Amino acid sequence: MKNLYKLFSILIIIIVPNSYSFAAEKVEYLKTDWSFKGLFGKFDRASLQRGYQVYTEVCASCHSMKYLSYRNLAEKGGPEFSEAQVKAIAASFEVTDGPNSDGEMFTRPGKLSDKFVMPYENVKAAQAANGGAYPPDMSVLVKARGGGVDYIYSLLQGYEEAPSNVSLDDGVYYNKYMYGNKIRMSAPLSEGLVEYGDGTSATVEQMSKDVTTFLMWSAEPHLEARHQMGFKAIVYLIILTTLVYFSMKKIWSRVKSEI
Amino acid sequence: MSDHDYRPKSKVGQWFNDRLPLLTLANHLTDYPTPKNLNYWWTFGGILTFCLITQIITGLTLAMHYIAHADMAFESVEHIMRDVNYGWLIRYIHANGASMFFLAVYIHIFRSLFYGSYKAPREIIWIIGIIIYLLMMAAAFMGYVLPWGQMSFWGATVITNLFSAIPLVGEGIVTWLWGGYSVDNPTLTRFFTLHYLIPFLILGLVVLHIWALHVPGNNNPIGIDIKKPSKDTVPFHPYIVIKDGFALLMFMIVFAFFVFYAPNILGHADNYIEANPMVTPAHIVPEWYLLPFYAILRSVPDKLLGVVAMLSAILILAVLPWLDTSKIRSAVFRPLYKQFYWILVADVLILGYMGAMPAEGLYLLIARVATAYYFLHFLVILPVLGFKEKTLPIPLSITEPVLGGSPNLAAARIKESKIE
Amino acid sequence: MNSYINYFKSKRDNNKSYFKCLKKKTKRRDFLFTATTAVGAVGAAAAVWPMVDQMNPDASVKALASTEVDVSSLKPGNTITVLWRGKPVFIRRRTKEEIDEARSVKMEDLIHPEKDEDRAKNPEWLVMLGVCTHLGCVPLNDKGDYKGWFCPCHGSHYDTSGRIRKGPAPLNMEVPKYEFVNANTIKIG
Repeated sequence: MKNLYKLFSILIIIIVPNSYSFAAEKVEYLKTDWSFKGLFGKFDRASLQRGYQVYTEVCASCHSMKYLSYRNLAEKGGPEFSEAQVKAIAASFEVTDGPNSDGEMFTRPGKLSDKFVMPYENVKAAQAANGGAYPPDMSVLVKARGGGVDYIYSLLQGYEEAPSNVSLDDGVYYNKYMYGNKIRMSAPLSEGLVEYGDGTSATVEQMSKDVTTFLMWSAEPHLEARHQMGFKAIVYLIILTTLVYFSMKKIWSRVKSEI
Repeated sequence: MSDHDYRPKSKVGQWFNDRLPLLTLANHLTDYPTPKNLNYWWTFGGILTFCLITQIITGLTLAMHYIAHADMAFESVEHIMRDVNYGWLIRYIHANGASMFFLAVYIHIFRSLFYGSYKAPREIIWIIGIIIYLLMMAAAFMGYVLPWGQMSFWGATVITNLFSAIPLVGEGIVTWLWGGYSVDNPTLTRFFTLHYLIPFLILGLVVLHIWALHVPGNNNPIGIDIKKPSKDTVPFHPYIVIKDGFALLMFMIVFAFFVFYAPNILGHADNYIEANPMVTPAHIVPEWYLLPFYAILRSVPDKLLGVVAMLSAILILAVLPWLDTSKIRSAVFRPLYKQFYWILVADVLILGYMGAMPAEGLYLLIARVATAYYFLHFLVILPVLGFKEKTLPIPLSITEPVLGGSPNLAAARIKESKIE
Repeated sequence: MNSYINYFKSKRDNNKSYFKCLKKKTKRRDFLFTATTAVGAVGAAAAVWPMVDQMNPDASVKALASTEVDVSSLKPGNTITVLWRGKPVFIRRRTKEEIDEARSVKMEDLIHPEKDEDRAKNPEWLVMLGVCTHLGCVPLNDKGDYKGWFCPCHGSHYDTSGRIRKGPAPLNMEVPKYEFVNANTIKIG
């Protein structure tokens, strides 16, 4: 047991400086209860569905999600829209396909297997439309930011009047959670910007939470399966470890008795 | 050893064994006389074998889906994470497996340092081990480049640029490594090839490592030579197998915790941003297991000397058996060395911590002191200590007490009862 | 002196026999060891499955279910080949003679008896996987003894309904699930 304790302390010593490197400039992020944290953490389906609505009505005009397909919206562990709903969602987008037998590209309504339609053809077009700043793809955005969900959640609510000692260029905004406090995106959310179908009131806080939950899922679509499998795996390992421990005691008891 | 006496019982077994003595080998491995006082620090050899096999199997399956092309690598990793059956599981095992591998190898190395396992007649085992460790670092580094994220790209740029420190030919070597004028697609494909190759080189070296081990047999916590087979030894199977198995399962619980509940905590967020040759991330930090050497690199203000210092820090280990002049192996009987050993452990941990901090001010100063101490330990303290240190009396065997009422007798007894 | 040597000899033998006795005792089995082995084996088997299953078609492959084909430009007696799930699909607009020939064949003459009415719901249109049921080659159009298809790999002859008539292939060419979305468009899958 003592050895085990040592092992763990070494492990912790190794990990702490690593995670500490992110903490260097960290401001206190806003906190909220995330249903997907913890050993049994699961996504809040309603929140995921609302989050998709926020994404598609607000974020999607600038931010792509190129690694997601419409079918993902119906998959287990995600927003779990019904298949008919997702077919309707997909069909509401114009997808470029082709070339057809005449060698020409054409557009058609989206299908389940199509990737999310991107707001811009390519990075250059996105930059040109946004004053040189590329709105990052949001598929894995949560995992690509040190603070993860807390950072995104805070950033969406972190727009403030710039302090008098900070001067902002045109098209640059002040956000107290942004690295360096200057951001090229104007405050994307405002009270009542979307109308939720389930009657939830669309406060900035609520929309931030919903869309962040949605982004967490999009970055980690198998999170629920991972948590479930992890619990089973660890319980199994503990049982087997116990059995092996007693087997070991039994086998080694022969050595002791002979001396 | 009893290998030569072995003869399979069945006729078929004899026929086969006369042509290829695999059964003799199996018999040797199961009967291999192992010191019975090995503690849990000795289980990491088995754990490392598990790590290697796990990395090879998960690596093979990932390679079935991964695309080694600068335009598609990042996307193919996302494809693995999203669409491939259990792809997320396999990738997280592989990515965290690298960290667990290094965790185990560091414990393995420090165990050897404490109990003097690198000393005669085990120098070759030790040197093979150092080569394995170097190859592990190369494999880990190239593997980290494959997802083609920002850290992959800039890590590759920074590490390959180390070679530009070499006078005259440095720039040429870097261009040759890249296959172009920057880290790009040719670099990625060759890194993939080598990343695929190295584990099998390691596997071969592991066989040699174990072969070399089985000639003199295991060292043990008391560090004395023991008679084999004797009352001091137990057959490898089932005694050591079950003990290694128990330790491995404990290790796997920690491993599983990372894979299932904190799969990205040991990685860097920036690696989920696709490589962009025009923007460098704000903090470039290598993986945790390379941090001590990164700290040594940065603590030397000269480019060439920094690289030399970093390489020396690893290569100095290869000549350790000749730097340590003490005839006594185990730190248990070396009261002074034991203290210096723990100072070295602290020193390496401090270096690791400084490697993660910005190289400025107090951090840099501490890193420099720690670097100086690291070399001092190996180049001055160890050689001198061998001559000056007054060691404690050592026992004749594991089961038999120390000659003539040694003060250590009681301690040896207590230790023994604990082990069994 | 002699007794001294004997003392060490006997001691060594004692040591050796002790080691041997440790080996012997390991043969014994009991419930605890059986249970441990069994539980361990179950876990090992469970760990193997993801490594096997990762080679099965992934979610993105499974999602590519259907293809739509515009057949408005196809004239009677012509065939087009389209790709569906990585395999060629023959779409043939059959002539009157071909239809008559396909429908007049007696069932007992067929290696794999299937009515043409079942294979081509709309007699003018034959839609089938262009894959020989022998070993997977793509048969040639308008060739062979039965005016249908001929597989160049091992000499299988198919008739105008894509049914196997002669050669090593055991089955008729497979008709996939398809439907007419409108008069000009066929949706396969």
